[in-house]
Amino acid sequence: MAKQVYFEDVNIGSEIPTLVKHPTPRQLVKWAGASGDYYEIHYDKDFALNNKLPGTIVHGWLHLSFLGQMMTDWIGEKGTLVKLGASYRGMLRPHEDLFCKGKVTKKYTAAGKNYIEAEIWVENPSGEKTTPGAATVTLPARK
Amino acid sequence: MAESKETLLNKEFGPVVYDVEKWWAKKFAEAIDDPNPAWQKVTPPTFPTALILDDLDKAIHSYGSYTAGLNGGNELEYFKPIRIGDTITVTGKIVNMKERSGKLGTMLIIISELSYTNQKGELVAKCRNTSIKY
Repeated sequence: MAKQVYFEDVNIGSEIPTLVKHPTPRQLVKWAGASGDYYEIHYDKDFALNNKLPGTIVHGWLHLSFLGQMMTDWIGEKGTLVKLGASYRGMLRPHEDLFCKGKVTKKYTAAGKNYIEAEIWVENPSGEKTTPGAATVTLPARK
Repeated sequence: MAESKETLLNKEFGPVVYDVEKWWAKKFAEAIDDPNPAWQKVTPPTFPTALILDDLDKAIHSYGSYTAGLNGGNELEYFKPIRIGDTITVTGKIVNMKERSGKLGTMLIIISELSYTNQKGELVAKCRNTSIKY
C-alpha cells in the first residue's frame, strides 16, 4: 500500500497512480462466481461469436471493479469513496494488459469535508479509452 | 412473463435480502485480484453488483424481441460502507426505456436504479445501471 495521500497534496490535473491489470479467462470465471453474473459471453467463445462479439469479453462490472481498486488504493485508509461510475464504450478482451488511469478535475470543501473529483478510465493496449468514468472521494487534511 | 413498457416503468422490484458473509466478500475481492486488507472488514466498492435483484434482471432480459444484451454502464453512490456481517436489502425499478440505432442495429437502452439498505434501515448505496439490448 502507498502512503496516505492528503487533500493538500492533490491539485487539479494531479494524476492517480496507474493500475495495470491482466484479466485471464480464469479471472472472468472467478468474477462470474463471486458476482453471480453467469452471462455466457464472458466464458463461452461460441456463444460470444453468435452474439456478434469478437470473442469472450471482460465483464463491464470488472472494468469498474479495477477502477474501484485504483481509487481505493490511492485514497488509502483515511479516504472515502463517494461516487464511482463508468460507461463501457469499448470491449476489453481477456489476456490483454489493461491500464486504469485517472486525473483530478475538481477540488473543494463542503460541509467540513474535502472532496476530490476525478476523471477515470480504462485503456486497452492500443491506448484507447474503452471505459470512461468518474469518481468522487473525500480525503483527510493534514491539519 | 413478458411485460409491456407501461407496466415495467417504475414498477417496484424486490425487496431481496442478503447476508454479507465473510467468505463471499473474500471471494469477491479475490476475483478482482485486489489484496487491500480493508476488504477483511468492508466490501470492495463494486460489491452491490453481487446483490442481485433477480426479478428486475429477468424483466429486462425477457422484454421485447431482442436476442442479446450488454451492460452499458454503472454508477454507484455510497453513503455508508457495506460491512462484512451486514444484512442488505435491495430494491429497484426501471426509470427509463428508449430505442436508438447504433453499431449493433436497433438497440433498446434501459436505465434502472437500485437502492441498498442495511439492517439498521440506513441507505448504504444507490446504483444506476444502463442495460443495452440488441
